[in-house]
Amino acid sequence: MTDPIATRAAKATPPRVARQIKGLSDRAIAWIFVAPTIFLLLAINIFPLIWTIQLSFTNYKANRLNREPEFIGLRNYERILTDSDIWLNMQATAHFLFWTIALQVLIGFALAWLIHRNFKGSNFWTTVIVLPMMLSPAVVGNFWKFLYQPQIGLFNYIVTFFTRAEPSSFEMLGSVQLAPWSIVIVDTWMWTPFVMLICLAGLRSIPDYIYEAAEIDRASKLRQFFTITVPMVLPFLMLAVLFRGIENFKMFDLVVQLTGGGPGSTTELTSINLKREAFEKWRTGYASAYAIILFVTVFGLASIYVKALNKVKER
Amino acid sequence: MMSFITGLMRLHRGPWEMLATIIIALGVVMLMQPFVMWAYTYSFITTLVGTVMFIVVSHFPEGD
Repeated sequence: MTDPIATRAAKATPPRVARQIKGLSDRAIAWIFVAPTIFLLLAINIFPLIWTIQLSFTNYKANRLNREPEFIGLRNYERILTDSDIWLNMQATAHFLFWTIALQVLIGFALAWLIHRNFKGSNFWTTVIVLPMMLSPAVVGNFWKFLYQPQIGLFNYIVTFFTRAEPSSFEMLGSVQLAPWSIVIVDTWMWTPFVMLICLAGLRSIPDYIYEAAEIDRASKLRQFFTITVPMVLPFLMLAVLFRGIENFKMFDLVVQLTGGGPGSTTELTSINLKREAFEKWRTGYASAYAIILFVTVFGLASIYVKALNKVKER
Repeated sequence: MMSFITGLMRLHRGPWEMLATIIIALGVVMLMQPFVMWAYTYSFITTLVGTVMFIVVSHFPEGD
């Protein structure tokens, strides 16, 4: 019996094209289909990457097109890796990464645990909780900017309600101490639902019979939690941590909308600093080396991520 | 621990991937720690070695 889809496709193929294809092997036809994607991948990803690596060894400036770039070896890498200002940017990124991941994992897991109880209206609450994740980072950045306003912002009024301080006595986005926390709060608000969904998938993958066997063995709820739930959800949590880690390492839009890297450079994450070096100071060679350092870090983390993903798949 | 070392000596993928993962994680921690400048300076080369190692060892045969 012939495949009806194949028959329909054969009928739909114009006779001239059909004659041309007839002489080709399956492998050649497969290459014809794959070639545009490979070409696009080479043009958009691989070529710029190789060019960036090449530029990172030069003093090229994109705003001085007439000047011939000079080969300077590893000097750009040396400058970046001994620059205390960039080290501070790395620390700002580390603060952002550590606290967003810690809070998102804790709150996300707690929310998943609650939703997994299947109480009345749990589907409705899942939808409500997931809503922030669906918004654009630019929109989120803008409306949190209003929420953080010292005079009219809702955030300051809520904090005032609990602490009895004056609403205008502190400024989340303007204070050196509070600004790094303000971006942590917004990212946590936006991306906790994502971690919750991954944890929920992990919790739902645990078969009921394991808990039933534990009940028969008279294991307490706490023991069941630490010896069944946590180890079985751990690969999923690891996946969420790596995914959020990689995403937040590249964080740009949300922070630019909220603080623009300020006050001073307290919230200037590496991606914002890189953009300044490349498109404000026009130090293209230097920025290329900076980009390669960040790329290798993200690539390394992505390798671990793929390994964790395979472990989850094996389960 | 012994099986890990044996796996390394027999060029099995699992232990070598684990070692590469530890080196990458160490490089990332060195890049972002706020304590010593020299660790920041050598973080890139550590991550690069770990990443290249990961790519190479992921082609090693699976252990028993």
